[in-house]
Amino acid sequence: MNPAVEFRDVSFQHGPGRPTLSSISFVLPVGETLALIGRSGSGKTTVLKLINRLFEPTTGIVYVEGKATTGWDPIRLRRRIGYVLQEVGLLPHLTVAENVGLVPRLEGWEPVRTEQRVRELLTLVGLDPDRFARRYPHELSGGQRQRVGVARAVAADPPLVLMDEPFGALDPITRAELQQEFKELQMQLKKTLVIVTHDVPEACLLGTRIGLIQEGRLVECLPPAEFLRSTHPEVLAVLRTLSSTLT
Amino acid sequence: MEWLQFLVDHRGEVFRLTAEHIGLVGLATIGAMAIGIPAGVFLHRRPRWRVPVLGFVNVVQTVPSLALFGILIPLPLIGGIGARTALIALVLYALLPVVTNTAAGLAGVDPKVREAAVAMGMTNRQLLWKVEFPLALGVILTGVRVATVIGVGLATIAAAIGAGGLGVFIFRGLAMLDSRLILAGAIPAAAMALAADFLLGLVERRFGVRHA
Repeated sequence: MNPAVEFRDVSFQHGPGRPTLSSISFVLPVGETLALIGRSGSGKTTVLKLINRLFEPTTGIVYVEGKATTGWDPIRLRRRIGYVLQEVGLLPHLTVAENVGLVPRLEGWEPVRTEQRVRELLTLVGLDPDRFARRYPHELSGGQRQRVGVARAVAADPPLVLMDEPFGALDPITRAELQQEFKELQMQLKKTLVIVTHDVPEACLLGTRIGLIQEGRLVECLPPAEFLRSTHPEVLAVLRTLSSTLT
Repeated sequence: MEWLQFLVDHRGEVFRLTAEHIGLVGLATIGAMAIGIPAGVFLHRRPRWRVPVLGFVNVVQTVPSLALFGILIPLPLIGGIGARTALIALVLYALLPVVTNTAAGLAGVDPKVREAAVAMGMTNRQLLWKVEFPLALGVILTGVRVATVIGVGLATIAAAIGAGGLGVFIFRGLAMLDSRLILAGAIPAAAMALAADFLLGLVERRFGVRHA
């Protein structure tokens, strides 16, 4: 079986003086979760955008399901990939139900089937459909919006889901709850995931491998247990901040 | 309150001129929307055209209204005396707020929202109709409201080239040095402008998106 995502020597230059990636290579098999960590501006989000072809590599090739992203019809590709952003990603003029049902509707599902799917997903992410379906995003709390964002991303049952700091804008308690719930959700949904985060414990909780990006390079990409034993100086720097906040 | 007595005494003519006035402004606003909203969408998609197009509608705005009517009269096809020429001038004046507000409303859509829509696999057309346009609608409607209110005032001058409307009373009053007549034209026109502002304000609040 083709890996869900593969980067083969991918470089990306956004323009002079903008964030760049240089020669990134990794293979992400189906069903695994890659957690990308790194400092702000290191290029984590750029990796996500190369996968759903919001960006195209300057050199090298990004494969999704064995096919180069530049060979995919961008619309088809994006509808096979769920995308969760920080809370701003919901469309403010659509209700919760309309947001969640957006990709199914774009895909031309029957309204009845879409509605059924929306109810099912809202229940799955812990929002009572009768209470929340007709609300607008601005009527929700940050945590509720984030749940809607997750429901929307998986609505059309995409095999691959990208998440850009999905729990970043939440208070620590809600974040911990949502991470735990999401971990359980992840076991049920069995999707391939790429998740960008600042939070090392989150990366260890959700990731089956952890990729550390430093100044546009993927310096380490290992399963959590091995990652924590790595002696790479940037990994040590990351882990030091972690232990210093705990003690 | 002699002007009020005048309005009552001449209610037939008052109704006719008011209807003409509403017709002129209504058609001009619809015309400006028909041209201005697509033009604003075009500018949003092709920013290179922004400067020349907005430059043109700005220049039109700076031409004094009486002069614009005068400029149009000798032109073949669109010129001449009457409502058609006045309508063209009113459409030209109404364009600026409609075009600029359409372009600004579309440009004001949160880039994150746009990115999310693209990432979900929307085509350009779906992005425009399902996301950008609904989110910009409040700002676009503000432009339409401004255009209409300006149009009510400008349309009084249309009487100068024989287009009718409440300006007929004003110009007749000016010619006869009769302040009753001037007020009989000016006050209903002002009331109409306020009413248009209020009603379109309601439409705006109904359709504009409330952001959190």
